[in-house]
Amino acid sequence: MTRIGAAIVLLAVLAAALGPMIIPFDPADQELALRLEGPSGRHWFGLDELGRDIFARVLSGARISLLVGLVVVGVSSTVGTLLGSIAGYFGGVVDEIVSRVMDILLAFPGLLLAIAMVAVLGPSLTNVIIALSLIGWVGYARLVRGQVLRARELEFVQAARALGADVPRILARHIIPTALPAVTVQATLGIGGAILAEAALSFLGLGVQPPTPSWGTMLSYGRTHMLEAPHLTVFPGIAIAVLVLGFNFLGDGLRDAIDPQAQGQGPKA
Amino acid sequence: MGRFLARRLVLTIPVLLGVATLVFSLIHLIPGDPAQAMLGEAAPQADVEELRRRLGLDRPLIQQYGEFLRGLAVGDLGTSLRTGQPVTEQIVERMPATFELAAAAMLVAIAFSLPLGIAAAVKRGTAVDHAAMTVSLAGVSVPNFWLGPLLAIVFAVQLGWLPVSGRGTWAHLVLPAVSLGAALAAILARMTRATMLEELREPYVQAARARGVSRTRAVLRHAFRNSLIPVVTLMGLQFGAVLTGAVITETIFAWPGIGRLLIQSIGFRDYPLVQGCILLIAVTYVGVNLLTDLMYGVLDPRIRYE
Repeated sequence: MTRIGAAIVLLAVLAAALGPMIIPFDPADQELALRLEGPSGRHWFGLDELGRDIFARVLSGARISLLVGLVVVGVSSTVGTLLGSIAGYFGGVVDEIVSRVMDILLAFPGLLLAIAMVAVLGPSLTNVIIALSLIGWVGYARLVRGQVLRARELEFVQAARALGADVPRILARHIIPTALPAVTVQATLGIGGAILAEAALSFLGLGVQPPTPSWGTMLSYGRTHMLEAPHLTVFPGIAIAVLVLGFNFLGDGLRDAIDPQAQGQGPKA
Repeated sequence: MGRFLARRLVLTIPVLLGVATLVFSLIHLIPGDPAQAMLGEAAPQADVEELRRRLGLDRPLIQQYGEFLRGLAVGDLGTSLRTGQPVTEQIVERMPATFELAAAAMLVAIAFSLPLGIAAAVKRGTAVDHAAMTVSLAGVSVPNFWLGPLLAIVFAVQLGWLPVSGRGTWAHLVLPAVSLGAALAAILARMTRATMLEELREPYVQAARARGVSRTRAVLRHAFRNSLIPVVTLMGLQFGAVLTGAVITETIFAWPGIGRLLIQSIGFRDYPLVQGCILLIAVTYVGVNLLTDLMYGVLDPRIRYE
């Protein structure tokens, strides 16, 4: 499963990076006479409601999805790891403040706060990334805080402290590395989550705006033509599901490698 | 139990206050003049001034905040800019539809996930296990805004078995509930499998088997019951995802709930209504998490609320 996940992700990255350079169609080019035409040898995924090549748009959409996934997870995991380790290491007032902010943000389920933020900031790719990052760091901070609370009492950390190492060095060299495997698993699964979230916001009209091709926007516009031209929604939908599945396989595989117990080795009832 | 409940309620107050503060500040995050943004760039200045006065945006921030909290305490969330109706009234009208959909989605999820998770754990490492986990991973990966329209095409348009949208009979509920519950079912199945595997390893299960208890009874009456706590916790946490998913599902199936109201009000820049919907969903989520905590004692009598 891990290999399948890695292969899917690798393929998606290559397709997003090289695809638009290789295929002969621009995602914005229109052939209005052929609008809604189904898949053919010339247009593998068919044409959309404005006669644009869906294959070209799916490949361009992959760039948006991967960009959102990587930037959101990069920012969230960095900020979350920093805040979580500071809160866990210092405790006291700092921990109280960070924990209360986390409690408040966690009181908003899933995408709701992102929807609210994009609703007030205005729909755009940048605002989607800002909104998802603002809510995304909490999961990492909570995870890292827990790990740091355990790690700060370990002997090698106490030894580093006794040797006179300063706090940034203790955190960066000794404590944060103990949390990194768990953060890596969460980040891998988080990329899939961010891709889904961006697609959902774009589907609702709150994310990437036309004519920029985003899988969520393509699904939203394709929905009105589902009866006469189902290919408008089938291909972007498959693209989202397969890429998210790839990151989930990869994250699951990493988790199993880190925590073999999760695979369920033990006697039968 | 009484003391635990009181303490848990007291701990909820700062969270609710934080939620209210964040929702209050939303309107102030609007770039530029919120009143201008709500009415549009072309609106006459007099109208903008009037709206600013009506929303209290011309008063000091602290005073606006105080009035917002005072309004919340008496259930006054302001007035919809578009309809002129009280926000609370509109939300209360839509609440039953959303709760009906969320409850049905949870039921769908439970009905599919528990048997799947148990079967995967009992048949660990077999084709049944691999198939169940692959299906569940696919369920997590398929977005409900894709699954919903696909289900509608197949079961409503092609086969004509179910209505394509709206609310009325139980038949209207089936497609939105399955579409919304699928991802939750997948997550719960994975959690059920993981916790069942842990429980099946416990000595009490071996002891029950040694005493001659049948395998089915050992699995269902002993291991399954004890595996429920993490599963119920996850259900509580995932209820939030169901509420957020309802925003999308209600939009797809024209389900007249709070989610659809939220998206419509965003479209109309009706920010008091947006604030009201967000607040209600968040407060419901906090309440469900509180209930989840209280459920532990019912599921596991060893847990004492001290």
